[in-house]
Amino acid sequence: MRGIQLSLNQTQKLRLQRALDKLDSLSSKRNSNASVTVADTIPVNHEDGVLKGHGTTELGGQVVATLCGVVERVNKLVYVRSLRSRYKPETGDIIVGRVVEVAQKRWRIDINANQDAVLMLSSMNMPDRIQRRRTAIDELNMRNIFEENDVICAEVRNLQHDGTLQLQARSEKYGKLDRGQLLKVPCYLVKRRKQHFHQLDQYGVNLVLGCNGYIWVGELNEAKDIMMVDQPINAQPNSTNEGQANTPAEIRQNICRIANSIRVLATLGFNITMEVIEEIFNLSRSLDFVVHDMLGAEFCVLVAEREAERRSSSTKRKG
Amino acid sequence: MEYLSPEGLRLDGRRPMEMRQLRAEIGVVPKADGSAVFEMGNTKVIAAVYGPREVENKTHQMNDQALVRCEYSMANFSTGDRTRKPKGDRRSTEISLVIRQTMEACIITHLLPRSQIDIFVQVLQADGGTRSACINAATLALSDAGIPMHDLVTSCSAGYLKSTPFLDLNYVEDSAGGPDVTVGFLPKLDKVTLLQMDSKLPIGILEEVMLLAIEGCKAVAGYIREVLLENTKQLEYRRGG
Repeated sequence: MRGIQLSLNQTQKLRLQRALDKLDSLSSKRNSNASVTVADTIPVNHEDGVLKGHGTTELGGQVVATLCGVVERVNKLVYVRSLRSRYKPETGDIIVGRVVEVAQKRWRIDINANQDAVLMLSSMNMPDRIQRRRTAIDELNMRNIFEENDVICAEVRNLQHDGTLQLQARSEKYGKLDRGQLLKVPCYLVKRRKQHFHQLDQYGVNLVLGCNGYIWVGELNEAKDIMMVDQPINAQPNSTNEGQANTPAEIRQNICRIANSIRVLATLGFNITMEVIEEIFNLSRSLDFVVHDMLGAEFCVLVAEREAERRSSSTKRKG
Repeated sequence: MEYLSPEGLRLDGRRPMEMRQLRAEIGVVPKADGSAVFEMGNTKVIAAVYGPREVENKTHQMNDQALVRCEYSMANFSTGDRTRKPKGDRRSTEISLVIRQTMEACIITHLLPRSQIDIFVQVLQADGGTRSACINAATLALSDAGIPMHDLVTSCSAGYLKSTPFLDLNYVEDSAGGPDVTVGFLPKLDKVTLLQMDSKLPIGILEEVMLLAIEGCKAVAGYIREVLLENTKQLEYRRGG
């Protein structure tokens, strides 16, 4: 299995294999021959007039795949959806990224795509919340807003013709993320949903599932709507002033527990959604797993078995 | 040294037209976008692909296509005697260039402008045919990374000893001083992308040896396709609805 360096003993190996075989059998009915590799011919009904989409090319009158993936058909469009490629941006996606460089009037953000994304200074709210023209002083004070290696959350504004990605962070929910951890998972495991921001009040955890596969798990910041209008413009808008205490130990435990649940899901290759994360979180608490044991062999096998059960029960309900 | 016994067996018991055992594994380097281990008999090679990602050196950035870089190195422990300088020597530079040109020809670079694709291949065990194993491993790693390609590039080597064409030479047979022809082949497009040879060979026999190597490439392509298909199916099933 890719990426897992787990030492499973014999029974654990058998259990894991059985759970994975169950998952395979559950889904094999759906897509039996939709998987293709590079240079495979895609069966297509030529009389209908077919549109060749991403991941396909024409070779001698036949439609041939250029990627390894699954063939999707939408009306007349045929395309190949690749699994393990880098993030392909779409306008309106919510993403989490890390600042790589502070350049002239913009920040460059690494978001696990073909190129780094750009967040213009004009697409970012000023600390004093006034809508105004960005002056040279604002440009000099850019480092007070974001510095290198800061983790931020933003939305994709548009994709320019030359491939550059522009972000915008003009809303209150976007901006710098701190007091937490950033996880990198394969981006095909995170689907586009209506909600990407999840606040778990009972655990005090704030979760942002970026569409690019970067997930932020951090402390829930209730005091987010402090009005900064009264502060002088030159004041540093630091969020870690002396008044704020360190994160309490229990919330840190919760953050680590949720992060480990996501790590286990990513290692096993299951879709990452809020319901599944909460299920794994509750599973680990109910079985009294210590947080660092969650990345061990036993918990991985349990998660695989649980997921197999969950999927088989959902298919039984549907079928 | 009896390269071909009277019964028609080679030093390791193979027939002249027999390839060594192939084994491939995908996804061995967790941090890389794509990675693979490819074994041809005792030759074992690991390939890791990083990309497409932001170009590091902006002066090399190309506005209409991707930049492909390749680095070939041999691990110190890969040969019988511990090698002192695994990178930077002439042979490694030459093979890096050869692999880069071969892979660049089959990657659809104009779909990924302004980006960079890094291919790193390292030989873990060298027993003849390292160039071919590297190209096969790089193909697997690129497919794993989801980089669009025109076709799978496969490679195999063949030689000519004792008036017989030999397929897939190992180190001992290669050191015999006879010709060693390495062929890089695109099975679907039916095109040869790489043709290299050491030593001397009459041109009539070259064609025979090259065709044998192409047959070997087709066999490798069949195996690589199976491995990739299985891997894709596994990822899709596991992901769920």
